[in-house]
Amino acid sequence: MSLTPQDIAAAKDRVPLAFTAPLPVRLRRAALWVGFIGLFCYCLWAFNFSPERIWTGLGRLGNVLSFMFPPHVWDNWRDFSEVLNGLGETLAIAFLGTILGAVVAFPLSLLGAKNINRFTFLRQSTRRGYDVIRAFETLILALIFIRAFGLGPLPGILAIAVSEIGTFAKLFSEAIENTSNKPVEGVKASGGSRLQQIRFGIAPQVNPVILSILLYNFESNVRSGTILGIVGAGGIGFLLSDRISAYKWDEAWSIIFLIIAMVYLIDYLSGLIRQRIIGKWDGAK
Amino acid sequence: MTMTAEHSGVPETKPAIADFEKDYAVQRRRSLRAWTVGTFLFLIIFALTSWLGDFFKVTQVTLPDGSRDWRWIIPAGLPRLGDYIEQTFPVMRWESLGSDLTNWFWRWKIWMNLLFETVLIAFMATVFGVIGGFLLSFPASRNLAPNTWVLWITRRYLEIARTVPELVWALIFVFSFSVGPMAGVLAIGLHATGALGKLYSEVNENIDMRPLEGVKAAGGSWFDQIRYGAVPQVLPNIVSYTLLRFEINVRASSIIGYVGAGGLGQEFRTAMSFQEYTDLSALFVIIFFTVVIIDYGSEKLRHRVIGMEERT
Repeated sequence: MSLTPQDIAAAKDRVPLAFTAPLPVRLRRAALWVGFIGLFCYCLWAFNFSPERIWTGLGRLGNVLSFMFPPHVWDNWRDFSEVLNGLGETLAIAFLGTILGAVVAFPLSLLGAKNINRFTFLRQSTRRGYDVIRAFETLILALIFIRAFGLGPLPGILAIAVSEIGTFAKLFSEAIENTSNKPVEGVKASGGSRLQQIRFGIAPQVNPVILSILLYNFESNVRSGTILGIVGAGGIGFLLSDRISAYKWDEAWSIIFLIIAMVYLIDYLSGLIRQRIIGKWDGAK
Repeated sequence: MTMTAEHSGVPETKPAIADFEKDYAVQRRRSLRAWTVGTFLFLIIFALTSWLGDFFKVTQVTLPDGSRDWRWIIPAGLPRLGDYIEQTFPVMRWESLGSDLTNWFWRWKIWMNLLFETVLIAFMATVFGVIGGFLLSFPASRNLAPNTWVLWITRRYLEIARTVPELVWALIFVFSFSVGPMAGVLAIGLHATGALGKLYSEVNENIDMRPLEGVKAAGGSWFDQIRYGAVPQVLPNIVSYTLLRFEINVRASSIIGYVGAGGLGQEFRTAMSFQEYTDLSALFVIIFFTVVIIDYGSEKLRHRVIGMEERT
């Protein structure tokens, strides 16, 4: 009951396509690979990935990394409170940005949901509006807001709020569209107005989903809030880019570790809140 | 409630209703308490964060008649914001539309080059991210890791790589590899490694383990098991996540030049510091359309990939 080479040859004769792809498919695959590798090599050349540059770069990178040990510890309260204040500002940027964005996005999301807004044209144009808002990069928005409101955390809050409006409106309106219509009909049957139908029929269904989306986006805003400071919009990023441009790598690494610790803590806490309020929910990955 | 069900026919509704009312009151009280505590906590956090974030800061503004007055910062800044946005709009007239357009996009040769560079940075970063994330995703998934130490170390590495934002990696790489797109590629690539490694390892944890056991039974090593047991199962998902990541990387590479890591971002910085307001809107239009086109194309591709997965 062992296979002989003849058996394999016979099988190959019988069903050739099971062993090799047809020629056009193979040609297409080869062309794709050649194009891909060609583009890759072109990039290596155009971006000047020379071995010499990589070698010196790695040396300097190792030098930078060596400042990680021993970690810098702030020994006086004044310096450390500055860092803590930066972390707090980052959290404030993320929190207020998320809240403001959600407050503005909620009415807009009703306009974009199929089961609430029945005017197709209005609904479609609202949805394109969300897409346009989402295309604005948070960092660029922060640059614009800095011109209007000056340096500090406020432009960061507004930048996050504006860029979250599009995301939230889209996610909320999808959540609203995914609700069941039966409770709405129940409220309607007992004589509820349109507003009451939304309040008692739809809201109880979407509230947990909305809360979960808020928590998720708060987490991701804590991450993006850390970079807003690099352009001057307050928060820990400001201190970090300041330390890096002053080549104080030991302090910079300590700040980076604090950022990582803060992100861990926030993820952990929001996981706890999510489990408590919503139970286990694993959508929106 | 079960009492009434057992004595069916006997009207024992009154105690049941009383029970229900009591239960309902308890529930109401509990939810009211939770609501009050929640609102209170929220208000405290709101007050604290708005104090930290200067949300209700009051600043001095100059009124139209020249006098100074104290105003809340947000209404005070809004007119300035309006002015600023107005300045970024180019002058467009019907009679001279063509020359106005060329005026608006006067640096288009440089911009097109940089745009090409931006897309290439995103491409290279995605390639590096896929290589790194793919290789590390197997030791980082609970069911495939050879031992717990390897699992722990790869997971922490991936977490650090994705928690530190691209711009911070870019600052570090710009210092060590000097200014240019190479630093951007490495920065975005490292961040993408972290993000993709996590997504891939989640895909890996959901696979069917029987093919791997088959390979093991036929005498395959750990690498053989991964190559012939796991990879064919996860490939479609991986392609889809990779395309999604490419879209994100295009956005990232369009701003990473702000810290000197190549791409269009550096032009933002130049335009800002030279106060070339219309350049900003031109750059924004370019990035907007690039992102839209790339998103659209990759969405089409992704749907095709997902469709292929369903058919087989």
